[in-house]
Amino acid sequence: MAEARSETLVPASAWGGGASPFAMNSKKLGMWLFIISDALTFSALLVAYTYLRLATPNWPTPFHFSPSILFASLMTFVLLSSSLTMVMGVHAMNHGHRRRAVGWILATMAGGAAFVILHATEWRHLIVDEGVTPFSNPWNEPLFGATFFALTGLHMTHVIVGVLYLGVIAIGVGRGKFKPEDVEVSGLYWHFVDLVWMFIFPLVYLMSVHI
Amino acid sequence: MQAHSEQAIAVTAKTFVWVWVALLAMTVVEVLLAYFHVPLLLMLTALMGLSVIKGALIIAYFMHLKFERFSLFLTLFPMLIFCILLLFIFMPDSFRLMELRPR
Repeated sequence: MAEARSETLVPASAWGGGASPFAMNSKKLGMWLFIISDALTFSALLVAYTYLRLATPNWPTPFHFSPSILFASLMTFVLLSSSLTMVMGVHAMNHGHRRRAVGWILATMAGGAAFVILHATEWRHLIVDEGVTPFSNPWNEPLFGATFFALTGLHMTHVIVGVLYLGVIAIGVGRGKFKPEDVEVSGLYWHFVDLVWMFIFPLVYLMSVHI
Repeated sequence: MQAHSEQAIAVTAKTFVWVWVALLAMTVVEVLLAYFHVPLLLMLTALMGLSVIKGALIIAYFMHLKFERFSLFLTLFPMLIFCILLLFIFMPDSFRLMELRPR
């Protein structure tokens, strides 16, 4: 009986099925599946952005090296650093240091909040100073605003949701409720948000040149 | 399950710092490419190449995929890459429109 049970839990091969074919808990697998589906959403948006950009004559290039690209580089630095603090949080939790893990998660939240504030500042500049909206802009290429705000807006929504998610995790860990794998699952989400920005930053900001 | 988790736990914090430094270094290279106005095709290729490397580092180390079962990678990523490549089926049309632009 015991042997039969252990056979179900530990399959003979990686493709043998059993109770845990990927050797991970269901929360983590669920997050991986979500990340893959979300990656397809962002991929479709990025491809659509690139398509429209190539096909539209006189695509606006409002992001000059200084200050726009330098500002976006600062945002990238903040997001990359928040990924480091997140992985440190997971690392601390795996080693049983709950208080230290909470500290790292709070630092990650601070990085996320800083990113949102910087992004909102950039949006304010584009909307108020440059007159760019999702439906119109001074260069008469409304698709620029539509794609730019859709892409960066969806990403910023992910960052805001991530900060809130990490807040719940930090409170839970502080109260001794969550396990290391719960922190790791929230970390997966946070790193994915960082990963998406690694493609938005070059395609939207660094490639702001006339074709 | 135990073995994979332990492998991930055994990674030192120093490794994560090195990955972060590598990511920052590649970002600096990307920004310099924009600063020096490198030819368009070269710039696009370099930027996408660096982004893919950065993405791979984040997935492998920060998201611990390197320490998971290989079957997880095989289940998730080939189909993701295949679907992304399918999206590019529309691209020739955008090149056609680009060529039709008034000069």
